[in-house]
Amino acid sequence: MLKTIGRGSVDELFAQIPAESRLQRDLDIPRQMAESEIVEYFRQRSRENGEGYTSFLGAGAYYHYRPIIIDSLISRGEFLTAYTPYQAEISQGTLQSIFEFQTMICELTGMEVANASMYDGSTAAAEAVMMAVRLTGRRSVVVASSLHPEYREVLATYATHQGMPLSTAGFSDDGRVKLTELEKLITAETACVLIQSPNFFGTIEDVAAIADLAHRRGAMLVVSIAEAVSLGIVEPPRQADVIAMEAQSFGVPLGFGGPYCGVIATREKNVRQMPGRLVGQTVDKQGRRGFVLTLATREQHIRREKATSNICTNQALVALMVNIFMTVYGKVGLKELAKQNLAKAAYAAGQFARHGTILFSTAPRFNEFVVETSEEPSAINSRLLGHKIVGGLPLKKFYPELGNAALWCCTELTARSAIDTAVGLVAESERSVRSAKEEVEEVVR
Amino acid sequence: MNKTGPKASLHVNQNEGLIFEKSSPGKAAWKLPPLDVPDVDTAKLLGAAERRDLGHMPEVSEIEIIRHFTRLSTWNYAIDLGMYPLGSCTMKYNPRVNEAVARVEGIANAHPYQPGKISQGALHIIKTLSECLIEITGMDAITLQPAAGAHGEMTGLLMVRAYHQSKGNARKKILIPDSAHGTNPATAAMVNYAVENLKSDGRGMVDIGALAAQMNEDVAALMLTNPNTLGVFEQDIHRIAEILHAKGGLLYMDGANMNALVGKARPGDFGVDLMHLNLHKTFSTPHGGGGPGSGPVAVKQILEPFLPAPVVVANSDGTLGFDYHRPHSVGRVRAFYGNFGMFVRALAYIQANGPDGLRQTTEDAVLNANYIRKGLEGAYDLPYATPTMHEVVFSDKLQAKKGVRTMDIAKRLIDYGFHPYTTAFPLIVPGALMIEPTESESKEEMDLFVEAMKSIADEAENEPQTILDAPHSTRVSRLDETAAARKPVLRWKPN
Repeated sequence: MLKTIGRGSVDELFAQIPAESRLQRDLDIPRQMAESEIVEYFRQRSRENGEGYTSFLGAGAYYHYRPIIIDSLISRGEFLTAYTPYQAEISQGTLQSIFEFQTMICELTGMEVANASMYDGSTAAAEAVMMAVRLTGRRSVVVASSLHPEYREVLATYATHQGMPLSTAGFSDDGRVKLTELEKLITAETACVLIQSPNFFGTIEDVAAIADLAHRRGAMLVVSIAEAVSLGIVEPPRQADVIAMEAQSFGVPLGFGGPYCGVIATREKNVRQMPGRLVGQTVDKQGRRGFVLTLATREQHIRREKATSNICTNQALVALMVNIFMTVYGKVGLKELAKQNLAKAAYAAGQFARHGTILFSTAPRFNEFVVETSEEPSAINSRLLGHKIVGGLPLKKFYPELGNAALWCCTELTARSAIDTAVGLVAESERSVRSAKEEVEEVVR
Repeated sequence: MNKTGPKASLHVNQNEGLIFEKSSPGKAAWKLPPLDVPDVDTAKLLGAAERRDLGHMPEVSEIEIIRHFTRLSTWNYAIDLGMYPLGSCTMKYNPRVNEAVARVEGIANAHPYQPGKISQGALHIIKTLSECLIEITGMDAITLQPAAGAHGEMTGLLMVRAYHQSKGNARKKILIPDSAHGTNPATAAMVNYAVENLKSDGRGMVDIGALAAQMNEDVAALMLTNPNTLGVFEQDIHRIAEILHAKGGLLYMDGANMNALVGKARPGDFGVDLMHLNLHKTFSTPHGGGGPGSGPVAVKQILEPFLPAPVVVANSDGTLGFDYHRPHSVGRVRAFYGNFGMFVRALAYIQANGPDGLRQTTEDAVLNANYIRKGLEGAYDLPYATPTMHEVVFSDKLQAKKGVRTMDIAKRLIDYGFHPYTTAFPLIVPGALMIEPTESESKEEMDLFVEAMKSIADEAENEPQTILDAPHSTRVSRLDETAAARKPVLRWKPN
């Protein structure tokens, strides 16, 4: 090949790089490894990571069963090793599957259009808010403090330089947005209200009431959904103008936080301000049905600095996992799956209530609930770890005002025996705190 | 041998409707275990929030789902089928060991909030990959949080802004060469910087005179792709960095084309202050039909305080943990820690190559692009004679005389069994054909490609209509994109 191109050595091809910038040594990185060594390296990391634990963690990342055929199908090289379907004639597989994905997301969310995916739930929420800013021509945003704290952080980052003032509406005793406070925060400048439902505490917001407050002042309502399985049994926020979803629950591995699958869904009239890719149906020269990427005039490769977003690569293969998951469970299965989640969480909350305090218990919830204990939840959690159980997420870091509260999650994969063990240890903790307190009182007396 | 060369021939292709068209009540592909806790009264628990109907969600059996998606898959072109020379996309082979190790239980099932004690493996992976990428780029620190290249650009420009802000003036604009990817100006807008275009010179490189004239204290940074989208290394890179730095500006490098440099040159050594990488390009994680990607941002020490939180640090007891206390951080750009599954794959790729393998990868990628350039010179117009790195850009100037444009040639290439190159980009070349073979292609595959392209050049001379009507061998012919955009049908609806 060198002869063909008339060169003496490969190094000549790099002559364009100034000599002082050419690397004259080996990169200082691990030596080349055989496949067997690579596999062993990651098995070792996997063991260090702890295998075989039962986890009560949710909080935006959920452990649900992944049907085997998801990986069988997404491992097909034709899906795995294709890129963005710009050449429609040889990308109909990806394009039709995205069209089906968009359709199912619409069915589940009650919206009219959905995009092909965003990076994750947090960036989808931030982009949905920016979309509302463009649609309303207003700039300020009211955010519920019961929205996932890391989603709020991401929004704050995105909003910083957009001149978008953010205000935060707190939650009331039932864990839901404090409506009186929200009402005061919505002004004629408010582009949108952003809430999450089921919210970060697992409780289901009164979406109709919030939508009413927002719409009355001409603001939009953006609803974030972090636990997609809830859509099987919880009425979707149909009153929302935009829904920003995290679809990880639908067949996507936890994977230490990613890759996941954000989605934005909205009303048809808002579609031209939507970020991200969209697939549309059309016909070829012979009139046969086919699918293409469409409305590209919203996108960066056409509009450059006037685009609705800079997003290019999205989460296509993860969206395919989500798509297959939705197809497997379908109309009946998703409901039954969601119902099992509801039942497990209801049982667990009922058991915990006998020893600790369940916060926000007056509002309906899906598969997460908040348990308040006398002892620091992290102390209880370290004892649980000895039983190969990961306890609920201590909330102090995000909500110091909630004290010794932790967010627990149960899914269809949470065994009753694990719930009973966890409840047992919480009960023990409460007993020892109580007897310690009694001892102190004894001494004082 | 048929007319379109030895690579492609027709075979039986299954038709397949939409999944909704196969649905009927009672079919199911799922089974839940018996409930081991008491059943609940949904209406009582949820009240008005209870959902009763899931609309038109499908009901199908498992074999139907397998066939559905398998049939759809056969309608796709993919790297696994042949050369996929999309310029600036680096469509290299995606090693399967990457997929296997990403699925090991303790990695695939790790919850982002699980205690540090049982996250050491994941933290170790993040730390090791970070160190490798820092060494490869010649930078000082890195964040792996951004989910894709464009997201990395945004993170980078947020850091640029925070840096200038810390000096008392955030500055107003970003300089962007006219050859840049569309994400660059779109990103600048998201970070509220004005975009100022910088023109290229006759060599396809940054016009140094123009840069010197446009550079002033209002310019926060230059976003430079290097090698640029013509596949040309910016030879005056040191001068470019000097001009920027003299006026307090920063040099941002779009690392989309890093596959031309790994192991041969390091951006940190030629004046770059910060850059993003695309793990789904240079580091072999699969493109997956459009994602997921991963867009780490590597920076020089002066920008380290502004990295998104959290960052991985060593605790006093030697274990690893996350540091959230970063008072100067630009904040979070994504929930959790980024597309971790892509970190696993990228690290496996680096391990499979090692220092020698990575260097050879780069050499092969550049050699391949030069081989294709040589093969097609004469048959296609080469607008810039400057030496080629990992990709080469031709134009359709010769074929346009017969009414054949770059998109037409691309469609005809499909009939020959190849995925098209990138069409009509970069914008500075009218009718561009942007070809990036990557190191993955053998001489044999490239010879077929060159033959196919030459054959199409002949067709353009002698029977242009064949090209204008292409593709001829696909299950659908050219689709009506105008109609799709004019009256969008974005979802299936029952009749």
